[in-house]
Amino acid sequence: MSTVWLVVLVVGLATIALKATGPVLLGGRELPDAVADVVALLAPVLLAALVVTQTVGGDGEVVLDARLAGVAAGAAAVALRAPLPVVVVAAAAATAIARLLF
Amino acid sequence: MSSFVSSPAARYRDGLRAAIPVAATVGFFGVSFGLVARAAGMGSLAPVILSATTFAGSAQFAISSILGASGGAAAAIAAAVLLNARYAPISISVAPLFRGSRLRRLFEAQLIVDESWALASRGGGRFERRILLGAGLLLYAAWLAGTTVGVVAGDNLGDPKDLGLDGAFPALFLALLAPQLRATRAAVAALVGGAIALVLIPITPAGVPIVAASAACLLGLRRRA
Repeated sequence: MSTVWLVVLVVGLATIALKATGPVLLGGRELPDAVADVVALLAPVLLAALVVTQTVGGDGEVVLDARLAGVAAGAAAVALRAPLPVVVVAAAAATAIARLLF
Repeated sequence: MSSFVSSPAARYRDGLRAAIPVAATVGFFGVSFGLVARAAGMGSLAPVILSATTFAGSAQFAISSILGASGGAAAAIAAAVLLNARYAPISISVAPLFRGSRLRRLFEAQLIVDESWALASRGGGRFERRILLGAGLLLYAAWLAGTTVGVVAGDNLGDPKDLGLDGAFPALFLALLAPQLRATRAAVAALVGGAIALVLIPITPAGVPIVAASAACLLGLRRRA
């Protein structure tokens, strides 16, 4: 098997298993209260981690670039209670403009 | 706040409507992945199959860049699996939404991707099943179609970075995080999680910062005041 197909096969199977972890092992049942309290915080924690890694994450280093302007514009749109599509478009536009200027 | 008082059908429509610009962005990145993957010597079919089975952008871009630099299978697999390890905690957070047979849950779970999961999040640990699956299906179609266009059409299309689309994703996640920060313990946990991720970015392989940040949800074990 070629290198490419080996990678496609292994990563495909691994990702399918990772995404199925919760639904297959825990799906369709109520979680105990202590576990539910912990799981309830997964959303804000993982969202915050995604915001950080996608804003300043680079190749093994913190990179400050045009994405910061996009997130700042997005934050301003959120503060003004803009609808989600507006937030997304404002962030992309600010990122593109900042990249053009700097 | 209107989403809390509107009917389930209206909430579902809102979720899908918000998913449209996100799907357009994801589709554009799919085109870009198809281009990059073919340029990296992955051929035409393998990138499409990878998009169909893995359906996770960051891991797929890591694979194409490592294989393109002749990095070897082990390095590509290790990087991609680390990057996708976050799907264990992400899928656990939405586990109660999945019902029916194990096989059905296995298939439906494949529609979990950062953006569909984030769009479905309603705060307080609640998620909207129909948005998770509806948006997931739309994003899956966009990613797969984009990849196919990318490998077929060649490089006549622009770079998503020129359009600033890489700045759109963190802003989307921020917009979906903001309403959840009104609860004090969620805000503290988000702050701790974000700090863990930031500190680990320079010292661990990509993917590890997000998985390690999920430890911040153990703050949920503190007794409620």
